[in-house]
Amino acid sequence: MSVRSSVISQFEQVAREQNKALAPPADDLVLLDSGLDSLCLAIIVARLEDALGVDPFSSAQDAEFPVTVGDFIRLYEDAAA
Amino acid sequence: MPPPDQASLWCALSGAGSLGHRRLWGAGASVTLGDLTGGSSLGGRLEELRGRSVLVATADQLTAGLALIELDGVARRLVLGPPDLPAEHVAFVVATAAIDAIVSDRAAPDAGTPPVDAFVTCSPTLPARTSERKGGERTEWILLTSGTTGRPKMVVHTLASLAGAITGATTPATTATVWSTFYDIRRYGGLQIFLRALLGDASMVLSSAEESTGDFLIRAAACGVTHISGTPSHWRRALMSPSAHRLAPRYVRLSGEIADQAILDRLRVFYPEARIAHAFASTEAGVAFDVGDGLAGFPAGLLGRQSADLELKVEDSSLRIRSRRTAARYLGPEGDTLADRDGFVDTGDMVERRGDRYYFVGRRGGVVNVGGLKVHPEEVEAVINGHPEVRMSLVRTRKNPITGALVVADVVLTTEPAPGDGRAAALQGEILQRCREALPRYKVPAAINFVPALVVAASGKILRHA
Repeated sequence: MSVRSSVISQFEQVAREQNKALAPPADDLVLLDSGLDSLCLAIIVARLEDALGVDPFSSAQDAEFPVTVGDFIRLYEDAAA
Repeated sequence: MPPPDQASLWCALSGAGSLGHRRLWGAGASVTLGDLTGGSSLGGRLEELRGRSVLVATADQLTAGLALIELDGVARRLVLGPPDLPAEHVAFVVATAAIDAIVSDRAAPDAGTPPVDAFVTCSPTLPARTSERKGGERTEWILLTSGTTGRPKMVVHTLASLAGAITGATTPATTATVWSTFYDIRRYGGLQIFLRALLGDASMVLSSAEESTGDFLIRAAACGVTHISGTPSHWRRALMSPSAHRLAPRYVRLSGEIADQAILDRLRVFYPEARIAHAFASTEAGVAFDVGDGLAGFPAGLLGRQSADLELKVEDSSLRIRSRRTAARYLGPEGDTLADRDGFVDTGDMVERRGDRYYFVGRRGGVVNVGGLKVHPEEVEAVINGHPEVRMSLVRTRKNPITGALVVADVVLTTEPAPGDGRAAALQGEILQRCREALPRYKVPAAINFVPALVVAASGKILRHA
């Protein structure tokens, strides 16, 4: 599974578990408008760390916080590269 | 019955009638209390310890118990050294308590033990006593609790404060009472049971750190134990042992940790003949109350002034206790105060009222902060432990860049899932579902990990900071 599809599938699964209506996760979707709150994102980050072995938020020194779903995916793609 | 304020333990015991039929069983030896009439665990050296500050530092519990019986009323101060007292803390204990004598079951002091005036070897073989027993000293009993900085805190009690909750047998027993406890008697929870046995016309089976839970249960059953106490973690472990069925207790007691509904229900089903009670007690606050209705938490009616001896209140969500059973003070230079100006001891145990009951939700210091919202690990564990296939669980924090922390759960199942049979995933789903139904979202674990075992510390409590 690619990094992109791992991230998207976590978005979908966590949204389902947390009873959140997830907007279609296009690259330009702003995270704050995605329907996921910070607890959802926290869980997604934890699950992705287990699945991919990276936590780009904690490892990158000066990582900018992602604004869109595309930013978020790129952060993981860069960290996993 | 509790001893009068001035009476020594031996005085209370020897006044209680026949001692020959009452026995103390250690892991390796046993004695009757009557054997102490003519013999002494300290041989001829008991009077050497008069007026001294004595560290009782034996490996064996029976040996320690005999020394305590003999030294109350003789020593000025008794420090109950737990068997796992780290060597690097011995010098601190010796200095803080002005120890001038050590009682040990070894022939010579351990390397590194500071020199003291008297080193006395103690033994359950009870060589003949050479002097008359007489009390006279008002002995301080010092219990050690693990401090937050690693150094033990030294908590000062008297026999009267320790025995204040012991009211003697209220119903005449049809058969002799035999107490036991999973606790070490050098800890508050174990010492309570030891004193209950001694002052309540009973015998007692002492546990041993060297012995497996299964072997201890077999030994306890063989001695006919009727009353037995331990922490919820002790009991969860005991119920995993095939030997748990050998016991047929009339009374099962839990203390030292939160007794959740699941463990109370399991014990009731497992020991249908037993009265199941959970007690609230701590080394500092003493025994506050017992709850015997089979339900977790305690009735709100327990708050307020229960008697001249006991008053409970909840302030800033924590349970506070004022009673004659609280400890007097801490020993030591740090000047930590034990009670507030009004004499209330803040237990640090956080409670929450639901209906006409209070429930323990966790320790003040154990709170996990998830995005600014507080989670007590114990309240999540109580929900997880309610699943019929869960034996015990530990909820812990996992660092998270978004919310600071998340909670995750390590869970021990009653039977381990076989890899690849799909049962693990199904159980994870069921446990999470249970959590989602009972808890706000931020308290629901982000992950459920099945583990073969959890570490239970020597104190009988789950080790929370491994």
